[in-house]
Amino acid sequence: MSSAKKFDVIGHARRRVDGRAKVTGQLRYADDLTLPRMLHAKLLRSPHPHALIEAIDIARARSHPGVQLVLTGRDFPVPFGIMPVSQDEYPLAPEHVRYVGDPVAAVIAQDEQAASEALKLIEVTYRALPTIATPEEALAHPETRIHDYGESGNIHRNQAFEFGDVEEALAQSDHVFEDVFFFEGSTHMPMEQHAALAASEGDGRFTLWSSTQNPHYLQRQLARVLQLPAAHIRVIACDNGGGFGGKCDPANHEMVVSKAALMLGRPVKICLTREEVFYLHRGRHPVLMKFRTGVTRDGKLTGMHLQTLLDGGGYGSHGPASTFYTGVLTPLTYELPRFKFEACRVFTNKPACGPKRGHGTPQPRFGQEVQLDKIAERLKLDPADLRLNMVTKANSLTASWLKIGSNGLAECIRQVVEGSGWRQKHGKLPEGRGVGIACSSYMCGAGVSIYWNKMPHSGVALTLDRSGQVTVFCGATEVGQGSDDVLAAIVAETLGISTKEVRCVTGDTGITPVDLGSYSSRVTIMMGNAALQAAGRARDMLVTAAAEQLEVLPASIVLSRGRVFAAGDAAKSMSFAEAVVYAETKFGTLGTVGSYTPPKPPGKFKAAGVGPSPAYSFSACVVEVEVDEHTGWINVPKVWIAHDIGRALNPLLARGQVIGGVYMGLGEALMEEQVFRRLPPKLSDALVHKIPSLLEYKSITSLDMPEVEVILVEDPDPNCPFGAKEVGQGPLLPVMPAVANAIFDAVGVRIDEVPITPEKVLRALQLKREGKNPRVGPERFPDVHYAEPVFVLPPGEGGDGNETKDHYKQAVNKVAERAVS
Amino acid sequence: MNTMAKPIDRRKAHIRLRVNGEEVEVSFAPYKTLLEVLREDLDLTGTKHGCELGECGACAVLVDGQPLLSCLKLALECDGCSIETIEGLAEGPELHPLQAAFSDHGGSQCGYCTPGVLMTAKGLLDAEPNPSRERIKEALAGNLCRCTGYQQIVDSVEDAARVINEQRAKA
Repeated sequence: MSSAKKFDVIGHARRRVDGRAKVTGQLRYADDLTLPRMLHAKLLRSPHPHALIEAIDIARARSHPGVQLVLTGRDFPVPFGIMPVSQDEYPLAPEHVRYVGDPVAAVIAQDEQAASEALKLIEVTYRALPTIATPEEALAHPETRIHDYGESGNIHRNQAFEFGDVEEALAQSDHVFEDVFFFEGSTHMPMEQHAALAASEGDGRFTLWSSTQNPHYLQRQLARVLQLPAAHIRVIACDNGGGFGGKCDPANHEMVVSKAALMLGRPVKICLTREEVFYLHRGRHPVLMKFRTGVTRDGKLTGMHLQTLLDGGGYGSHGPASTFYTGVLTPLTYELPRFKFEACRVFTNKPACGPKRGHGTPQPRFGQEVQLDKIAERLKLDPADLRLNMVTKANSLTASWLKIGSNGLAECIRQVVEGSGWRQKHGKLPEGRGVGIACSSYMCGAGVSIYWNKMPHSGVALTLDRSGQVTVFCGATEVGQGSDDVLAAIVAETLGISTKEVRCVTGDTGITPVDLGSYSSRVTIMMGNAALQAAGRARDMLVTAAAEQLEVLPASIVLSRGRVFAAGDAAKSMSFAEAVVYAETKFGTLGTVGSYTPPKPPGKFKAAGVGPSPAYSFSACVVEVEVDEHTGWINVPKVWIAHDIGRALNPLLARGQVIGGVYMGLGEALMEEQVFRRLPPKLSDALVHKIPSLLEYKSITSLDMPEVEVILVEDPDPNCPFGAKEVGQGPLLPVMPAVANAIFDAVGVRIDEVPITPEKVLRALQLKREGKNPRVGPERFPDVHYAEPVFVLPPGEGGDGNETKDHYKQAVNKVAERAVS
Repeated sequence: MNTMAKPIDRRKAHIRLRVNGEEVEVSFAPYKTLLEVLREDLDLTGTKHGCELGECGACAVLVDGQPLLSCLKLALECDGCSIETIEGLAEGPELHPLQAAFSDHGGSQCGYCTPGVLMTAKGLLDAEPNPSRERIKEALAGNLCRCTGYQQIVDSVEDAARVINEQRAKA
């Protein structure tokens, strides 16, 4: 990597800036905090999946020893929700509970024990309502609505878009492949259980410390629920013990402790139990998908019609965005002249689904990449070559008006094929062993904020003082991904100092400039660009002052390794701290700011804001499997993955993100599932979480995890700081389809759904032995009444990015005219 | 509200422990686990909890040299025991080789499982100075990590074992 040599910090593997605190137990997560006079809160949760609350009697709980306060839905008249279009949750349900685990009351007491005892003394009278357990039931039963808003009945969102006439494209294709896939829901399972601590500051002001990925959005929702000016609320995002999207939504418990602290004038803390974390959820949506894909006989795509059906659970959460994401990123990887997608999210009586690593896109990527494997098989093409021959180009527009910048997908495929020995393995390994390939792409930050505004997505402030101290402030949130390290590295590189000289103050709405949060893989790009601007401005001041002092031209000044000097003249040199002194003397107290706003999306149609990003990362993955035909057991001995990261700011952390993504993807491919069951009628008939524990919710352990060979493809993207693209989410995405494709290569069966359990493999092998279609997966796609699509001509067909208003009417008229003539 | 009721008297249990080499006495409610007493009564919040049911390994500490899930042990059972927690791993300002290796090899991402992993790994290396890669994976199989995919954890433990053995050879 010759390009890395130009940099002192960027591109070099380093200990992360927050590493020492993590290995010494000194880092303070939310539940590690205590304050004098602190009280403890516990939530009472609904035992019914769907019911109306007829009465709540809190008298006995209130008089229980040690109890300070009992709150119910009556104390929270204003609903909230992360998205402006689905403000459908209450901190405590006032009258309607929508899943087993929905919070209905809270006890605040001297200690957790007293609070837990008092919970049992609260008497709630429920009137049970019919339960909607599945999307099919939600479609079949529009009555007994879970919510009184949405499209109709129990349909939350219906979205449809068509980019070019897809039916025409399919009709002119040599082959049309039709496949139905299912992707089961899964949960984030951060190792840290969510915790929050609120402390009143008097005059209606308070501070909330929380395990949150999005302190800014949380501050806004607290202001709404508590009817306080946002400026009176300080949210401090503690270092998160993992998030993966599970700490993006503002949560009931955060509202409850805030309200209680304000009412009591004492600090109030809550820490959810692991079981409660499963109920809070907001994880991967279960998605049923149908792909109709046209191809030419030499393996080029002509058009695709994708339909998705999302099981949203009991609340809106990020649902409207999740629904879009089951479609919008699909055309990023391969040339696809025409594309139509129809998506529908329904409400069911289960914990709400939301954003989990990859947000809405792993599901269609799974279907798309498994279908491509089937296409390659049918056309007798090598699956790697099929992909390589149709990758999208750099600096191009997709049919759906997404602007692709740098694009290393072809290089990723080439490297992963080379590294894995694909050519010697695919179709050539002994029965029971196989390899599979799949690719993917992901956003480097959502191009549009969750609430509509034209302000920057990230702001950074930087101060320097005569001691040589550099402090950088940003609202970005450390969730373990290394956000603080990225911030320190960019500032250090720009100012020619080491990361140890940079103090990061992050995730505190009281003192840091707004950054929208740790979601959509946006931090490196957006915070990074803002930091680059702030540090660049500080550098300019140092250069001006140092040049004056050293009597050289500013253009000859170099900042490197803690020195400020004239290029080519060793005598003209000073320490970084000296340069700061001269700058402070010349300019006064030193401080700069920087901000970043993503480019405008190229599409102009309604909802064209979902999907666009300043840049896209690309990944290609080869998985090798061994399948035991007697037990169906799947062993994964090795995974090769190439990720187009633009540039790795800290290769040590980048590799860690890639391996971590592969780990989580393998879990989803093979075992993880957030599933439910009905209790026997003699108990209650309730729909309950099957496995709300870490023992029963199966995840990959150190013994299951294969070795992962990571290839970082570095093709710097001009929109990104030092060219660095995302790495937190993309590498998860190709893993699940690569596993499914490898299983086909190993034993010739298709498992068209995840998780791919031994039981499903055995079932498919049995079908194979019986001479039947050796496939396990969903049989049919239900009849969903999708909305009429927004029709937009693709860029390649003369479109201008606007909706063609009467396209469908005109098409009908054309057919009628032709019939008449 | 019940502010006039008699105060809750829970701290009925009293034990002596040796924690990270220091003798301590502590009073607490008798139902408390060792995890709770460490975190809540001794302010040693470096030890984490991920389930409080013995399923995740986040709360692992060494009790008389043996790795143990502190969420499953009543503190009352630990009277007279010697406890090692993450806070006692470094010697003064010097990181323990395991801590250094985790920093150098990316063994810690969000850091939440790290104290439990480090203490389990210390228990392993104290007993078996040259574990194979497979043996390391086996010893850490009860410590769930959601970030790293374990590979860099195993790399870290392997490297720490090498460093510790080199240090021993020199001494």
